[in-house]
Amino acid sequence: MPDVRLVNVTKRYGKIVAVDGVNVHIYDKEYFSLLGPSGCGKTTLLRLIAGLIEPDEGEIYIGDRFVNDVPPEDRDIGFVFQTFALFPHMNSWDNVTYGPRVKGFDMKKAETIGHEVLEMVRLHERLDAYPNELSGGMMQRIAVARALAAGSKLLLLDEPLGQLDAKVRNELRYEIRRMTKDLELTAIHVTHDQAEAMAISDRIAVIKKGKILQVGTPKELYMTPKSVFIAHFIGESNFLEGYISNLSRTGATIELRGGIKVQAGLPKNLEKVDRVVLAIRPETFVIEKGIKETKNSILGIVERITFEGTNIRYEIRLRNEDSVVVVRPSLVEEWLKVGEKVTLSFSPEKTHVFAYPEAGLREELAVE
Amino acid sequence: MQAESTNLLRPKITKALDKLSSKTVIKNTIYMASIIIFFALILLPPILGIIIKWGSIEDVLNQPKLMSEAFNAIAASFAVAFFVSFIDVVAGVPMAWMITRGKSKWLNVLDTLSDIPFIVPTATLGYSLLLFWNEPGGLSSLFGGSFVSPGWLLVILLHFAFSFPVVVRVMVGALLDYKLEYEQAARTLGAAPLTADRTVTFPILKHSLIASFTLAFARSLSETGATMMVAGVFVHGPIFINKHIGEAGPLVFVSAILIILSSLVFVTIRLLGPRLKMPVRKVWPKAERKLSSSTIASSRNGITLLVFFVIVLVPSLFVAVPAFEAIFTGVLPEALGGVGVWGDYWQSISLSYFVGIVVTLLNVVIGLPMAIIIARRKIGNGPSAVLDVLVNIPIIVPSVALGASLAIFWENFAFMPDIWLLIFAHLSITYPYFIRSMSAAAERISMELEEAGRTLGAKPLGVFRTIIFPLTKYSMLSGAIMVFTRSVSETGATLVVSNLVTAPVLLVNWVENGVSTSTLGLGCGFLILFSFIILLVLRLVVKGRGAY
Repeated sequence: MPDVRLVNVTKRYGKIVAVDGVNVHIYDKEYFSLLGPSGCGKTTLLRLIAGLIEPDEGEIYIGDRFVNDVPPEDRDIGFVFQTFALFPHMNSWDNVTYGPRVKGFDMKKAETIGHEVLEMVRLHERLDAYPNELSGGMMQRIAVARALAAGSKLLLLDEPLGQLDAKVRNELRYEIRRMTKDLELTAIHVTHDQAEAMAISDRIAVIKKGKILQVGTPKELYMTPKSVFIAHFIGESNFLEGYISNLSRTGATIELRGGIKVQAGLPKNLEKVDRVVLAIRPETFVIEKGIKETKNSILGIVERITFEGTNIRYEIRLRNEDSVVVVRPSLVEEWLKVGEKVTLSFSPEKTHVFAYPEAGLREELAVE
Repeated sequence: MQAESTNLLRPKITKALDKLSSKTVIKNTIYMASIIIFFALILLPPILGIIIKWGSIEDVLNQPKLMSEAFNAIAASFAVAFFVSFIDVVAGVPMAWMITRGKSKWLNVLDTLSDIPFIVPTATLGYSLLLFWNEPGGLSSLFGGSFVSPGWLLVILLHFAFSFPVVVRVMVGALLDYKLEYEQAARTLGAAPLTADRTVTFPILKHSLIASFTLAFARSLSETGATMMVAGVFVHGPIFINKHIGEAGPLVFVSAILIILSSLVFVTIRLLGPRLKMPVRKVWPKAERKLSSSTIASSRNGITLLVFFVIVLVPSLFVAVPAFEAIFTGVLPEALGGVGVWGDYWQSISLSYFVGIVVTLLNVVIGLPMAIIIARRKIGNGPSAVLDVLVNIPIIVPSVALGASLAIFWENFAFMPDIWLLIFAHLSITYPYFIRSMSAAAERISMELEEAGRTLGAKPLGVFRTIIFPLTKYSMLSGAIMVFTRSVSETGATLVVSNLVTAPVLLVNWVENGVSTSTLGLGCGFLILFSFIILLVLRLVVKGRGAY
């Protein structure tokens, strides 16, 4: 069964540590995403699993097999490259049946597999087409079909949707998930697109600067982020700086800039630290016209309004000069106007309180 | 004050030239001029030279023995060129592979060493190989007698040595440009390294493989000077022409057949090459897996290195041994003082470098617009493609035949000084090297960059100055150095086209006149030393492996 285990895996390029002591267990038949900003080491991690590069330290297991010294052709994997890497001198059929042929399957079996996977990606009618005669979406599907035809139970996908336009990308991501589930494969999917990772993954590992920051289901990462970076990278958050003025068993009172006091959830990873960052999701706010005497509220003025289709997005300047973003459904409520005074309130248990980052908030949130 | 006014003047001149370059008339005039110069000075003179004396072909047709000798010589030329190009590719590809894929720091050194035979003048190379394989001081001392006597085998060894670097250079460039993901994709699909290379990498690099074969073939077919040194009784086309240098009939007959046949070979390769399928699609997973083992790979690398050092590098540099001897026997002071034969030597060296510099400058001036025409299809797709084929012709004509036909053509212009004949001959021979290097570099630059420059307000000349030139200057420099070294090492055409004695011609004369080994060795040694300096400059300026 192809579960994948990485134990303390490190990969360096000169002085740069691309992957830094990574420990992770990807379960059998799981759709697992490696998510992170550009240059965070997620592709390096995938290439380490594939055997395309060798780790400097640590152990990699596929199933029960220790594979550090096993070349890629013997790891029994399927790999989908970001640029598809379809062989330009072969047509779709030859590309797809390449795996079965080089693995020495008999021709009849190779042909059966070829027909099956081409049917699966709905491109049977284009089996004579060369890569330069296919659209981006078709090339991507042939690339997936080629990886599936190799018969492996472990599918590695390196930003497979990165080169496609938004509409095709949205369609194909569900298609890929469906196929891997139908075939009971273990899939490891690298992406920098958090919406894509959230939509298709059973679990996600968020990576920054070569390290895994948190592993969890999409819901866990969204609802209970373990760090300011996760709260920022998964979904969207408003960050307000402040100090803890009171701490109880159920929550904390935080004094924001300008002396505004609000109730928030229990602080995370907080030991004898009083400077904090309060994270509030834009959709958590309740927004009311005018000045209201609402519990746990802050007053503000609407500065900018952006219509996003499904949602309407308000940028509100608070009375302490901090700014927050509030997102509301566009067709449900009456729209506010620029310059209008508003009262924002929120439930303390839907907020997250983090210790103020040592490197500074801006540095912590940076994705490059 | 003067410097200040120059600085003020420069932008004004540049601005004026930029403005002029946007005028269609000016642009078209430059392009037309480069095309006319190409036809008038480079392509047509050698062809017309043969046509002028076409009637003399009867001299050969009326002498069955001479005709039979001529055909044998032509057949020998093609046999040597085909065989040598084939083994060049077989031995050169693993070498290029090792240079580009290996991880050792020493591979940079190996990369540099692989260029040495390419830039050593071929006449020197011929003599060096003669010393190594035949003379008692060389390898023969180990085996007694002459290990390899002058003849067909030594010709093959020589041609292999000087055309091997061409294959390595082309393939190193191709492998560096190759998108490794194709090979990695094949590996992740279960292909053993050998299977991945055979079924994916080589078919994708087919054009480069064909190009390297073609260049090695052309180089072998056209070489004269060094072959004369090692040929013994073996006669191939260029030697046959040289033997009958005073007679128009054999010269025109053999030259014409060599030009026609080699052009046919090249057109065939050009037309059929892209359609050529890699022959074996079938895969033998178990056998190929075994052949991909690290033991086999190490053995392959070992054999490649052995072939390179024993057949290419050491024989090429062997001439340096008597040069060392010369240092301790008083020949060196004589040489440096220009005593006796050395007076002529330094004169010939000066002439060689003078011609080399003039030819290089002319190539840059008249070749640049042509390279742009070819790379950017400036006169339409069809005509530009035709030009692309035509610029290759001078490279495939045997240099001695080219020199002879040029001599026939230019003798109709009595006012033409010898030195210009020499320059025109060298220009014809070297022109394709510069064009190939420059047009390939310009083709690699995305059209979008040029368009971006234009949309930001740059005139055509401004785009060239600020975008194309900075991005291609290393290729231009590499092309220029290839032109320079090729001109300095040229022997065959030089012998025929004028009475001027360049360094390679002088060395051939020295060999024929039985000058002492130490003198010859030192003469060759100096040329190699200068070539080393050129190579060093090339490496320092161009930087990076396989950059040209």
